[in-house]
Amino acid sequence: MTINRRKLLQVGLATSASALVGVSGFPGILRAAGKRVAVVGGGVGGATAAKYLRIFDPSIEVTLIEPSKEYYTCFMSNEVVGGMKDLNSIKFSYDKLAKRGVKLVHKMATAVDAAGKKVTVDGGETIAFDACIVAPGIALKYDSIAGYSEAASEKIPHAWKAGAQTALLRKQLEAMPDGGVFIIAAPADPFRCPPGPYERASLVANYFKQKKPKSKVLILDAKEEFAKKGLFTAGWKKLYGDMIEWVPASKEGKVKRVDVDKMTVYAGELEGEHKGAVINLIPQQSAGKIALDSGLANDKGWCPVNPSTFESSQQKGVYVIGDACIAAPMPKSGYAANSQAKVCAAAVAAALAGGSPPTPAYTNTCYSLVGPDYGISVAAVYKINEGKLEAVKGAGGLSPADAPDAVRKREVAYAHSWFTNIADDIFG
Amino acid sequence: MRIGSARVAVAAVGFLAVGASAQAAPPDAVTMIAGTCVGCHGMDGTSRGPASPTIAGMAPETFIDAMKSFQDGSRKATVMDRIAKGYTEDEIKQMAAYFAKRPFGRAPNHVDAAKVKKGQALHNEFCKKCHVDNGKKDEDGSNVLAGQWLPYLQFAMEDFTGGQRKMEKKMKGQVEDVQKKDPGGLEALMHFYASQK
Repeated sequence: MTINRRKLLQVGLATSASALVGVSGFPGILRAAGKRVAVVGGGVGGATAAKYLRIFDPSIEVTLIEPSKEYYTCFMSNEVVGGMKDLNSIKFSYDKLAKRGVKLVHKMATAVDAAGKKVTVDGGETIAFDACIVAPGIALKYDSIAGYSEAASEKIPHAWKAGAQTALLRKQLEAMPDGGVFIIAAPADPFRCPPGPYERASLVANYFKQKKPKSKVLILDAKEEFAKKGLFTAGWKKLYGDMIEWVPASKEGKVKRVDVDKMTVYAGELEGEHKGAVINLIPQQSAGKIALDSGLANDKGWCPVNPSTFESSQQKGVYVIGDACIAAPMPKSGYAANSQAKVCAAAVAAALAGGSPPTPAYTNTCYSLVGPDYGISVAAVYKINEGKLEAVKGAGGLSPADAPDAVRKREVAYAHSWFTNIADDIFG
Repeated sequence: MRIGSARVAVAAVGFLAVGASAQAAPPDAVTMIAGTCVGCHGMDGTSRGPASPTIAGMAPETFIDAMKSFQDGSRKATVMDRIAKGYTEDEIKQMAAYFAKRPFGRAPNHVDAAKVKKGQALHNEFCKKCHVDNGKKDEDGSNVLAGQWLPYLQFAMEDFTGGQRKMEKKMKGQVEDVQKKDPGGLEALMHFYASQK
């Protein structure tokens, strides 16, 4: 009796909630009353998923497990490296998520137990769940460059996770005397933020052009091609002349080892020597450690998932989103993680309520700044076709190669708009 | 400089996040589709700025017309021409209905008081027949201008006057008259609409 009445009440509440936002034609909404979802990782994917779970179904108890009390977005961190923005401008707290009823546990998750339905955190405490969304981001494979290590990153930053590393790299560039060489070692695919190393080269060149015009940017690359290459190289030539040099793997560009004390990297088969005044090594990557430790990753270190729900192909009831998952053709970008998180949250909410998930929708728009008034982008819309994630043909693509200056400038304004809007969509 | 103003804007629109913002919304298909727009256009279609437009409160016909003209290339865009092509007619209709129901959150624009005053007079003389209620209502494709982000209003007017975006015959005549009367008139109008609360 009581249960029945409670059920009735829930359906009533749900219906009025949907009426409130004017969503019609969705009869018999089920609620996952009392169900618990643990979200591991408070980056773009995890924070978005936690927030949207609460929006989609406020009866779900959502616990976000994230050791840090604030998050620095990787997107726009290159503007910090280039001196255009302050580090605080990319810092976000979890306060607004807490107000939405997300429970925060500021501890490091150490294991996800799919069979036992619990997450273990530092100190041994466990958090039980009915479903778990794992959004651990990336782990850096320091050993992909001989001589590099986490300790060495205090002298030669990777700055591929934003925050202290971003500040360190900025400080080094500021201290660098004019005439120095700034070396960026770019990794092979797949890695977080495919255009990131090249945007970074651009915005550092912009800084050099203004403050240290005799300096150079040298990109040593482990691959032959890179995201938005045509647009970047045209922009570099136009804005910076020959200040930026890019060396692909076939021209001995792949960094093999580093001598931290000598501030020297060795690249290519012949281990050509390059001395840098400031060096930024971006090592190879894998899914975040907890994904590797919890049986969610394949032998290449990334997590296979069902792209309609992001449920792990390896662990039932556990979902993996963001940079850690294999969602090609979606790139490992902030917008992709945000988009995946909503699809996943909807799938989890539906599964817990015993319903079927809505048709998923995904997108990615990725802006890069070549200069303060020179933006470029790539966009795509994705759909599921016969169980596979596909970019909609004929849609999306790159900014035109021949765009006038005014359009490049508008792309910067839209890049900044994307930043404020998506940050609010994630943390607001 | 840029950072300062962006942060102020975010803080100022903060209130929009509460109140009118997404209440519990069951995860249906249209929520999913609309979810792909908000990364640039803001939660519930109200942009937090500084430039990408608010799309909440648009009349469904205006929304559909915009998306179709992006798709067929008759309206030039920075990115929307590429993105619009990813959606079906039915999806566009659903999105249009979804955003039409959301309230238009007016942007906390920084405006020039003198321009606003001049713009008000020009609005009364040339624009108010179609852009009713100081541009607050989207009637017959007039779109909502009141409280739209100023940079976006300026981009749109640049596109109209530069031939990148087609103007209705009626609007073309009025725009030319404004330009004849005052070379700074269009800019003043943009400040006037941007100033609306």
